[in-house]
Amino acid sequence: MSSRLILNQKNFDITINRLCFELIENHDDFNDTVIIGLQPRGVNLSNRITKQLRQFLPGKTILSGNLDITFFRDDFRRRESVIVPSATQIDFIIENKKVILVDDVLYTGRTIRAALDALLAFGRPSKVELVVLIDRKFSRHLPIEPDYVGKAIDTIMSDKVKVTWNETDGKDEVWLFTAQKEE
Amino acid sequence: MSQQLSVKHLLGIKDLQIDDIRQIFATAANFKDVINRPIKKVPSLRDITVANLFFENSTRTRLSFELAEKRLSADIVNFSASSSSVSKGETLIDTVNNILAMKVDMVVMRHPKPGAAVFLSRHVNAKIINAGDGTHEHPTQALLDAFSIAEKLGELKGVRVVIIGDILHSRVALSNIFCLKKMGAEVMVCGPVTLIPRYIAELGVIVEHDLKKALDWCDVANVLRIQLERQDIRYFPSLREYVMLYGINREILDSLKKDILVMHPGPINRGVELSSDAADSRQSIILQQVENGVAVRMAVLYLLAGQVD
Repeated sequence: MSSRLILNQKNFDITINRLCFELIENHDDFNDTVIIGLQPRGVNLSNRITKQLRQFLPGKTILSGNLDITFFRDDFRRRESVIVPSATQIDFIIENKKVILVDDVLYTGRTIRAALDALLAFGRPSKVELVVLIDRKFSRHLPIEPDYVGKAIDTIMSDKVKVTWNETDGKDEVWLFTAQKEE
Repeated sequence: MSQQLSVKHLLGIKDLQIDDIRQIFATAANFKDVINRPIKKVPSLRDITVANLFFENSTRTRLSFELAEKRLSADIVNFSASSSSVSKGETLIDTVNNILAMKVDMVVMRHPKPGAAVFLSRHVNAKIINAGDGTHEHPTQALLDAFSIAEKLGELKGVRVVIIGDILHSRVALSNIFCLKKMGAEVMVCGPVTLIPRYIAELGVIVEHDLKKALDWCDVANVLRIQLERQDIRYFPSLREYVMLYGINREILDSLKKDILVMHPGPINRGVELSSDAADSRQSIILQQVENGVAVRMAVLYLLAGQVD
């Protein structure tokens, strides 16, 4: 297994700031927009983005929540063990709002499919967009594409992408692990 | 994080590990959130068929299981003994195997004979959930009772629970004792001498025959119904005497130093074990128990169904 740093602390901050500016460009003062982080790993990014947006837009209310998609996954009964769910916390109505889904890594797109399904339990949004920190291109199983991308990378199946967060792991970094090829 | 339950079926609390119970509670908390949403349904069990086999009458448990299954999007078939071939002399295994031949994945069963669920789990190829087997166990009731106490008081460790009434004929009492003891609660049983099983103290519970003393000791009183339908002989002189000695009313609750929680697995015989002013008081969490019942049963169905064979 060889590893490569794709985003260091400095670029990490720059990337999150850029994502925030892109969001502001499209959503103005977030009047009709809510941010929803996907449990468990997307919540870190969504918290960071929300915090940054509140600094850029002082005095504006920016609604944010967390969505757990465990019960909506399509691989239930196809895995070795059941997945323990995390908490969903959406204390607002998403009917006719623009929803920004936030996740850390976009890979097969199956998580996002489940999230779109789970979202319906909270109303019918007028629009749903997707923000990801890392887009693993060419690996999608479903026709799902992100609207805002922190960094796009080319990977193969055996690669692993790991995002670490200051809050939980002590460092903001993104690593790519590649399985060593045998000569 | 992911973890498999240590059991393939839910036959009784006795077989569960502490971690199993914790995982069921954690999952139930998530399902409680789901059933309080405007859309109370998730698609997890959409490819599962569940048969509800009730060889004994039930309203609450059966409705609760049925709702839990529907909210997990399972397909369900219902069966009750009164309208079945059992009355024509078919054996339990034959009945169940016939149902399973129609491609059913899980069986929820209530049966008047103790051990019926264990027996079935050894002879048929489906996941079995025991919804009460005679005077033996009623695991989902114990789980929802313990879940409700933990929800209200924050934890189970060190909580003092007294189970009052017909302990001898109660599967709820036995499952509750196993569950509460495993989770670190202190358990007392209280009732007339004739309705307390002789060697019950072996399970690590305190036996008390004086209701007032028991209520003074406890944080939670779980009140049981007198199961007249299971009593082959008379265990106490009259219902009136039972009410005078073991009936819980407002007066006795007000005479205690602290507010205890009052629970009842239902159905309540108002005016017997519990008076209306006690059953409907703010200390009573009887309706919360019912609400939690659906969430806990969803958790059990979800966790068992999630095991890949």
